[in-house]
Amino acid sequence: MADDVRALSAQLAQDPQSLVFLRLAEALRRKGQLDAALRVALNGLERHPHLADAHDLYARVLTDKHDYERAFDEWDMALRIAPNHTGALKGLAFLYFKVGDLQQAETHLELAKRVEPDDPTITQAIDMVRGGASPPSPEPSHAEPPAETAASATAAVATPVLDESRVFAGLEGAQEGLVLLDAAGRVLGGALRNPAGADVTDAVAAYLAGVSQEAARTAKLLGLGAWSGLSAEGKHGNVHVSQPSKDALLLVVRDRGVPLGRLAILAQRATGMARRWLDAQ
Amino acid sequence: MNHTLDLITRVRGVRGAMLVSADDGLIVAEQLMEGIKGSTVAALAASLAGRLRRAMEAAGIGASVFWHLQADKGTLLVVPAASGMLVVAVAEPDVNIGLVRLELLRAGETVV
Repeated sequence: MADDVRALSAQLAQDPQSLVFLRLAEALRRKGQLDAALRVALNGLERHPHLADAHDLYARVLTDKHDYERAFDEWDMALRIAPNHTGALKGLAFLYFKVGDLQQAETHLELAKRVEPDDPTITQAIDMVRGGASPPSPEPSHAEPPAETAASATAAVATPVLDESRVFAGLEGAQEGLVLLDAAGRVLGGALRNPAGADVTDAVAAYLAGVSQEAARTAKLLGLGAWSGLSAEGKHGNVHVSQPSKDALLLVVRDRGVPLGRLAILAQRATGMARRWLDAQ
Repeated sequence: MNHTLDLITRVRGVRGAMLVSADDGLIVAEQLMEGIKGSTVAALAASLAGRLRRAMEAAGIGASVFWHLQADKGTLLVVPAASGMLVVAVAEPDVNIGLVRLELLRAGETVV
């Protein structure tokens, strides 16, 4: 376990934007190092505020620390982001049970069961609630993640169609709603079409360069430090802007069917690919 | 208007909230913690909102409904209201973004 923590810490240090914080915080939590787990979870949430699993993880750590009010808020948020998140449903059930609201506890467990009918822990928890006993303290949906990590499993679920080669192809010019540009707004790779099918890559790139400079200026003048990302919901789509390097900017655009949290995961992967692509140039 | 901002600043981790005129970046109302320069926040938020709006419109995805700038030491969250106002919040990096977003959207609906 100590080796796990060391290895995961090293991985996270190497790529702070990665989702490995989910595994690291969970490992720390299981070791009882709750303050450290809390720090890791919070840092992860800061970078991935729309990731339901991050809110779920943070809520579990808060629950272990008996901060039930904040845990409730976090699970509630996880459900707003991902209404079928069984971890959050089970967590809320646990908290409802704690305050004696057995009906709500059971309702949330039933909802979880509808999502994962084959999960025996949910059935067991329902039986316990009906019998008046407290359901077990919430654990991750996959309590003992095998070699494949909880984080990678989450990402796989959240972005089932994401294939790295396709993203990379996007950087090379395919129509992937993904544009890489330099600080002056010149396109380095990728392309973007508007809903009508017209190529809008250059126009968006030109405007986006201004956004990047303004974002850096805003963060600096407000004393917020370096900016790490800009997410926006539009009427017909969502965008995420990140900086794979000091002089480059990556824009990922998807329709509104792709929520901001999922978009952030996609953007994170694309940023990593763009970084490698830039290094290779 | 103060009640509207109150609901935003009540969220844990929010350092301040304000209503800003999107056109000129001037403050209409504010509730800020000490140390936050309201006029700077307003001007920068309006400027960034304008650039972002142009980029998003160029991309064909319409004007932004909500956006947030993530930074090492904090975050700036903005909802452009239909009235031409921006509802702006400055918050700690560990703030519950989803909750602030909801309050900003609610505030945006009440601002006329």
